[in-house]
Amino acid sequence: MFKFLHKFGSPPYFYNFINKILPYLYIIFFGLLLYGMYGALITAPADYQQGNSFRIIYVHVPAAWMSMFVYMVMASCAVVVLIWRMKMAQIMLISSVAVGAIFTTIALVTGSIWGKPMWGAWWVWDARLTSELILLFLYIGVLALYNAIEDKKIAIKAVSILVLVGVVNIPIIHYSVEWWNTLHQGPTVTKFDKPSIHIDMLIPLLVMAVAFKFYYIINLLHNAKNQILISESTTSWVKDMVKKQS
Amino acid sequence: MVKYASMDKINFQLEVKNLSCIRSDKLLFKNLSFVVRNYNLLEITGKNGSGKTSLLKILSALRLPDEGEIIFNGQNINTMTYEYYSYVSFLGHHNAIKNDLTAIENLSISCALSSSVDKENDKDINSVLTKVELLYHKDDLVGTFSAGMKRRLSIAKLLLLKNPLWILDEPYTSVDLSGIDLIESFITSHLKQGGAVVMTSHHPLKIDKKYIKNLHIK
Amino acid sequence: MKVFIAIIKRDLLLLSRKPADFYNPPLFFVLVIILYPFALGADSEILKIGAAGLVWISALLASILSLDNIFKADYGDGTLEEMVLSPHPLVIISLAKVVVYWFFTGLPLLLLSPILGLMMGLPSEGIWILMLSLLLGTPVLSLIGAIGAALTVGLKNGGVILSLLVLPLYIPVLIFGSSAVNNSIAGLDVMGSIYILSAFFTLSLVLAPLAIAASLKLSISN
Repeated sequence: MFKFLHKFGSPPYFYNFINKILPYLYIIFFGLLLYGMYGALITAPADYQQGNSFRIIYVHVPAAWMSMFVYMVMASCAVVVLIWRMKMAQIMLISSVAVGAIFTTIALVTGSIWGKPMWGAWWVWDARLTSELILLFLYIGVLALYNAIEDKKIAIKAVSILVLVGVVNIPIIHYSVEWWNTLHQGPTVTKFDKPSIHIDMLIPLLVMAVAFKFYYIINLLHNAKNQILISESTTSWVKDMVKKQS
Repeated sequence: MVKYASMDKINFQLEVKNLSCIRSDKLLFKNLSFVVRNYNLLEITGKNGSGKTSLLKILSALRLPDEGEIIFNGQNINTMTYEYYSYVSFLGHHNAIKNDLTAIENLSISCALSSSVDKENDKDINSVLTKVELLYHKDDLVGTFSAGMKRRLSIAKLLLLKNPLWILDEPYTSVDLSGIDLIESFITSHLKQGGAVVMTSHHPLKIDKKYIKNLHIK
Repeated sequence: MKVFIAIIKRDLLLLSRKPADFYNPPLFFVLVIILYPFALGADSEILKIGAAGLVWISALLASILSLDNIFKADYGDGTLEEMVLSPHPLVIISLAKVVVYWFFTGLPLLLLSPILGLMMGLPSEGIWILMLSLLLGTPVLSLIGAIGAALTVGLKNGGVILSLLVLPLYIPVLIFGSSAVNNSIAGLDVMGSIYILSAFFTLSLVLAPLAIAASLKLSISN
């Protein structure tokens, strides 16, 4: 098992592996996306209180979940970078930042669009929205710090420290709806109880969540490919590849 | 933390294996290997920007090498870093002194920060200040010193702390000719007592050749 | 540990030689608070309701203003490098520097807060809780801020990035600090917020110095 994982530590092996599996990932992603959107827009029944405007949940919730998931992936990479200094962890960390920021922005924007008809306001300063906004600033801070430090080997370590310091925010976001009485909807899916959501509404949601995960992986791998090329630009295998292509 | 009696009682060996350094995506040097022992002075030469300062920083465990390792008495310096620091005195481009403190206050702080905590007594400090010809200015704020005087104060630190391995990055900067002679005499007596020096310099060294090894970085 | 005391003495000595560094943060704190009545109108009701939050925001801003200075001077003259090269644990040295930093930023705020709170019409029940929240919260601001300062000390325009990095991390402290005071005025439970502030205090006291030391080593290695 470790041998299998260890091979990924080698950049050329990983690069070729990415190229091999990307087509399959695209197929799975589009398949899930279509199935999820069909369920979201067609099969799921209209909500009792909100009518059809609730359907934005199928983008809003997966985006919000991904915003936290990506940050946790980054935090795990950060630990690996600081303790073991693995190259692949460095690449995965920096390749995830932009996607994470985008998911966070989508969550905030779709939430805002949803909030207007539901609560009558584009924005409220409740716990969950505020902490999600903080998360966006954390992502932006990570990008800013990484770009500000010229030596990228140092930059990735600095960013790793920053990511770990900010990880405290994630449980705050997640549990904020339980700890405070907020305007935002309480936990409906991620509780240990039976989900309080109708099954026909739930399935497209879960499908979309998985679809978004695949999107993340695809985006991550594309960025990782670029990062590998950049950081390995002086090695022979990259130079050979460039020669072959030209 | 290590406290030791006198320098020639410690035998030490700094072994560098296959060192390489990349800075801002530029490869500065590769496959550098050498050994530094007691009574050695390693003179590192090379053009500006060739990586001399980066090499000294790597040897001082301030910066990690991109490849290779540095072994001090059998242990990697990047795993026993705090212990290694108790053997090393580093003099970089900056003088590591505060302008708002007096000469004596600066030396006291350096003592407190070093492993030689019990060495802070007035007699030692005064004698060291005398050696670098700054005794008259001991209670003056360093901000009033000339550049040459500030450099001499940092040399005074080296003499006070008595660490066996000196890593010096262009120690003669801002120093006049008589100052250079003074510093070279300190280096020579440090070597005679069993210490070691790794240094870069743009000036030709007038120290006894028997101690000197040269490393040129292209 | 001896080196802890030595660094504190050193920084206090340096502060005494440059008194401006000591006066600026409390001065800024007072100036910002004075601005509120001008901006919000002399209507004492608005000031009263917002007093806790406004005092807290001013504390935040005053803290950020001086953050750049914790390590910059030492970085510039090479003494930070000397501290990293010390055989003594960098964690202890970092903590000592943050303690002095809090002494001239957090402590004056703490001592001035009752006067300023009263000036803004904060009822007396709120004053004690305000002081307690600042007592717990300002060290957290100093500790977290020092991490940001350590990460950006080597950068040219570090100050701008520093605020960007540090403010999102400050917001939870702000939320609980001001809610403690507002709850006490409204007669609601205060201890929840106080417990959380204590948790922040303990966590940051234990973990921040590690992050600060790691960040300093990183900044020096460039």
